[in-house]
Amino acid sequence: MKFVLNGASTEVNAHPMARLLDVLREECGLTGTKEGCGEGECGACTVLVDGEPVCSCLIPVTQVESADVVTIEGLGDDHPLQHLFMNEVGAQCGICTPGMIMAAIALGPTPTLDDVKTALAGNLCRCTGYSAIYRAVLKWRGIPDATASAVP
Amino acid sequence: MPAVGNSVARKDGIGKATGSAQYADDISFPDMIHGRTIRSTIPRGRVKSIRFDFDRAGFTIVDYRDIIGRNSVDLIEKDQPFLVETEVRHMAEPILLLAHEDRERLNAAHVEIEYEEQKPLFDPEQSTEVFKKIDIVKGDVASALAAADIVVEGTYRTGHQEHVYIEPNGVIAVPEEVEGRKGVAIFGSVQCPFYVIKALRCLFGEHPPIRVIQTETGGGFGGKEEYPSMIAGHAALLALKSGRPVKIIYDRTEDMVATTKRHPSIVRHRTGVMRDGHIVAMDIDVLMDGGAYVTLSPVVLSRGCIHAAGPYRCDNVNIRGRTVFTNTPPNGAFRGFGAPQTQFAVEVHMERIAEALGMDSVALRRVNALRSGDTTATGQTLREDTSAIMVLDEAVRRTDFLRKREQYKGTNRALGLSLFYHGAGFTGSGELHLKSRARLELTTTGVRIATGSTEIGQGTRTTHAQIVSDALGIPYEDVEVAQPDTARVADSGPTVASRTCMVVGKILEKCAIEMRLRLNGLTPAQYHAKHGAFSVEQMYEPPDWIKWDDAAYRGDAYATYGWGCDVAEIEVNPDTFEVRPLKLTAVQEFGRPIHPALAQGQIEGGTAQGLGYALLERVVMRNGAMANSQLTNYTIPTTLDMPEVDVVMMENPYPGGPFGAKGLGELPMDGPAPAVVNALRHLGLDVREVPATPELIASCTAAA
Amino acid sequence: MRTAISELEVRSAASLGEALTILRDDQRTPIAGATDLYVALNFGTLEPRRFLDIWPVNELREISMKGATLSIGALATYTSLIRSPFVASRLPMLVEASRQVGGPQIQNRGTLGGNVANASPAGDSLPVLAAVDAVVVLRSADAERRVPITKFYTGYRATVMRSNELIVAIEVPPVEGRQWFRKVGTRAAQAISKIVVAGVRAEVPRIAFGSVAPTVVRVPETERSLAAGATIEEAAQVLSREITPIDDLRSTAEYRMRVATNLLRRFWIETG
Repeated sequence: MKFVLNGASTEVNAHPMARLLDVLREECGLTGTKEGCGEGECGACTVLVDGEPVCSCLIPVTQVESADVVTIEGLGDDHPLQHLFMNEVGAQCGICTPGMIMAAIALGPTPTLDDVKTALAGNLCRCTGYSAIYRAVLKWRGIPDATASAVP
Repeated sequence: MPAVGNSVARKDGIGKATGSAQYADDISFPDMIHGRTIRSTIPRGRVKSIRFDFDRAGFTIVDYRDIIGRNSVDLIEKDQPFLVETEVRHMAEPILLLAHEDRERLNAAHVEIEYEEQKPLFDPEQSTEVFKKIDIVKGDVASALAAADIVVEGTYRTGHQEHVYIEPNGVIAVPEEVEGRKGVAIFGSVQCPFYVIKALRCLFGEHPPIRVIQTETGGGFGGKEEYPSMIAGHAALLALKSGRPVKIIYDRTEDMVATTKRHPSIVRHRTGVMRDGHIVAMDIDVLMDGGAYVTLSPVVLSRGCIHAAGPYRCDNVNIRGRTVFTNTPPNGAFRGFGAPQTQFAVEVHMERIAEALGMDSVALRRVNALRSGDTTATGQTLREDTSAIMVLDEAVRRTDFLRKREQYKGTNRALGLSLFYHGAGFTGSGELHLKSRARLELTTTGVRIATGSTEIGQGTRTTHAQIVSDALGIPYEDVEVAQPDTARVADSGPTVASRTCMVVGKILEKCAIEMRLRLNGLTPAQYHAKHGAFSVEQMYEPPDWIKWDDAAYRGDAYATYGWGCDVAEIEVNPDTFEVRPLKLTAVQEFGRPIHPALAQGQIEGGTAQGLGYALLERVVMRNGAMANSQLTNYTIPTTLDMPEVDVVMMENPYPGGPFGAKGLGELPMDGPAPAVVNALRHLGLDVREVPATPELIASCTAAA
Repeated sequence: MRTAISELEVRSAASLGEALTILRDDQRTPIAGATDLYVALNFGTLEPRRFLDIWPVNELREISMKGATLSIGALATYTSLIRSPFVASRLPMLVEASRQVGGPQIQNRGTLGGNVANASPAGDSLPVLAAVDAVVVLRSADAERRVPITKFYTGYRATVMRSNELIVAIEVPPVEGRQWFRKVGTRAAQAISKIVVAGVRAEVPRIAFGSVAPTVVRVPETERSLAAGATIEEAAQVLSREITPIDDLRSTAEYRMRVATNLLRRFWIETG
């Protein structure tokens, strides 16, 4: 079956009921999307399908036929949000980070702190307590620091 | 500009944010097959028979008879087997290992095991098998209790807590030939690669070459301190038998059911206090449920008992601790390591003492808090780096605690406070026994740090590089950090106990100072060009003033302590009894931050874990195993569960730490649970356990 | 992922007609947003192995007014419900409920039809639909029928749906009275409900509960007693006979009963 993956038309041979997560990680070799729970609870497997963040561990690959799929790799390795996640310590161990970024990337241009929290409510982080993640995301949108930070 | 004290660019690079960082499950080797663990489905009994109900073609099967060394996970004791021989002591105990290249066939393989079941023991209070007893005695508690104006008693309970590192346990064992001998390399999500070496040496004997390489690790929190020895041993057994790389990755349910958790505790206090608020006697009984094998229970009990009297001075203290056996999966290391349990108890008890005296609980704490020159329960005289009053004063001032608490009376909002401390590094003579080492290697462009300390998100790579950069006087950019590979780095001891920055960082500082002398004004590049490479290796030397008597449990328990005061502001919904945390203020003193943003992250993250422990995280045990073993049913805080967290980092340098730093990783864990429960108390809710679920709170209130 | 993918079989339908034709001749389990699919397969609670993927059937996504009736296509996701001005106008408590389902990723895939068909006693939208006497529109290749949601469930995870039918829409008649909704979950987001209540305050109130019985339930005796002027305490007594909460992994019968009573009182006070 065919779909658009990170901007390029891609054909996969996977079983139609294979999880999108497994197809991305194995057949497509893109291991940036992570499995944290396999139940759609942790959000570490978040990718964009037709512009919307979804849990790839829940989606049978047949359902992305002709769809537009974007993974963390689709953002490249120099995206401002990626830099901010590292510099603001929005990423500590980093395992939730790709999913967190893919959930945040769909935010509008002027989110409030509440908008950010709501957009990330489906992404679990065990390391940061989330505050630094908000700082990274709000800074990316050029919004002044709503939570106190140790980074000058 | 010095590196230390600034939030410099991290040594992790950008890989975590681009998806290129390699965690265990991201890695594959040619010819790799997959492993699966067949586990017991009863909590206690004997294996009678095993039958394979599947076509075994292509399968590698390992049982205890394949073990050439000793079937023991070598930790403190050697009581825990890698694989059951006949006796089953807990649900999900590993019995057999299977491997196959096709994961579907692997998962579909049905193994029929017949058991002779025996009656399991689940209640630690009924258990007579004691893993460890501790008795801390100071002064004369009996007389002091008798002479006290009033005696306040109370029993406090904490439940299991599950780590929920977002990356489950996983390793790959790869057969490799080293100098003509068949060996194995373990790549995996581990906190302590040298612990794994020790365990595998016991399993395989001295002969096969073994090395352990830490892959990028998606969270540890203690859950990957000792447990990886088990999964690594399993993968290695399969790899050596099959001759192929074997990957074992636990799914979330297996990880939650089968691996270690925080020890549940029951702590009883009897406290003698005078009307003016002076605590004159503390009699404390600590019981911890160790599960089916010893693992680290003696040390968890030790730290728990040493902290059980809280950050308070008292001339007469008796702390009796026991950790006991139950037929449940063994409990183990979890951030805080006994201290969150016992400090929960003492801090809630302090509120009740204040109530009994009719005294303000802040004032009560101020009277009794430890100051420089005071002695702890183990008789340690505290030095200048003692900050109980400083953090207490700041927390009270910053939150306007006294006025706000008064203002909230009669509403469904309240404030609660907790004062706590946390010893950094291994207890007593622990650091001496560890003989930790660190190595600095000169390179063509700078230096390379070669320690066994692991980056698990807390900033090891970065803080170590900062320390070396400043101590050596070279640019931070010229310091690289080697991936921990036990064949290539020094054994720096485990990445636990809030020691990685303070203890291993100190050894690195020593190495850097020695290297600086030898460089004698040349840059590393210049020296290397002229004389070639060299390396400096040093061992940790604990401060010479530390005196600890392991038999009597007296003396200097820790080289230094971090200090904290948390204030929780909460609201309780009168219809649903749900607790909504509004704000949590965390005032913490840990020497000084090496990297302020990373340090703040430790406090924010530890506070979140502490809030989960206080309100949301409940392990439901049924027939001796975790029944709610899905992230749907074991609920850690989401963004919408977290309040604003206001972090204040105070300084009081520890002379023995690198650039004055103390340990930090665990301190934040001790404060939130008692702060929240103390807030509930101010609403008239007599809660004495965590998690303080809505169901529990409902039962504390009379039906309207 | 424990389930063997190779044992699963799926056909995709591009249109409603195609889907219904397939179901006429072949026993298949329809899948849409699939937010519960792998979870149920891995947990062992979903036995079927042959599926019909209806995610491509765009005609089932429409949310529109058909005369005075709000018609919500079965494949409307929670996100589309949240964004729909029609839903905001006719059934704002469905917007509220949708916002509290899982997190954004689940809201982007989970569908109203799926929530209804999945028949969980804890389904968050179900009390909302029950409180407004919504109607489930079912279609097969040969026929269409309408079943009130209050008659749709026959027991724990059991519905009146036939194997050749699909839910095509949920219809919401005009709603007179103030709407009220409360979900008590295990935490603030990504939570299964421990108890969920929806109510419409009118001369005869309509109140529905989830997670306190094997199916979503209306509480007609409680409704009648309130309509007849009973005090809230009297009504609470009646309520305690109409719902049957249990102890489970997430909560207790005692808590659920107590909170149900409190929420009944809160509904009455806030909509009064």
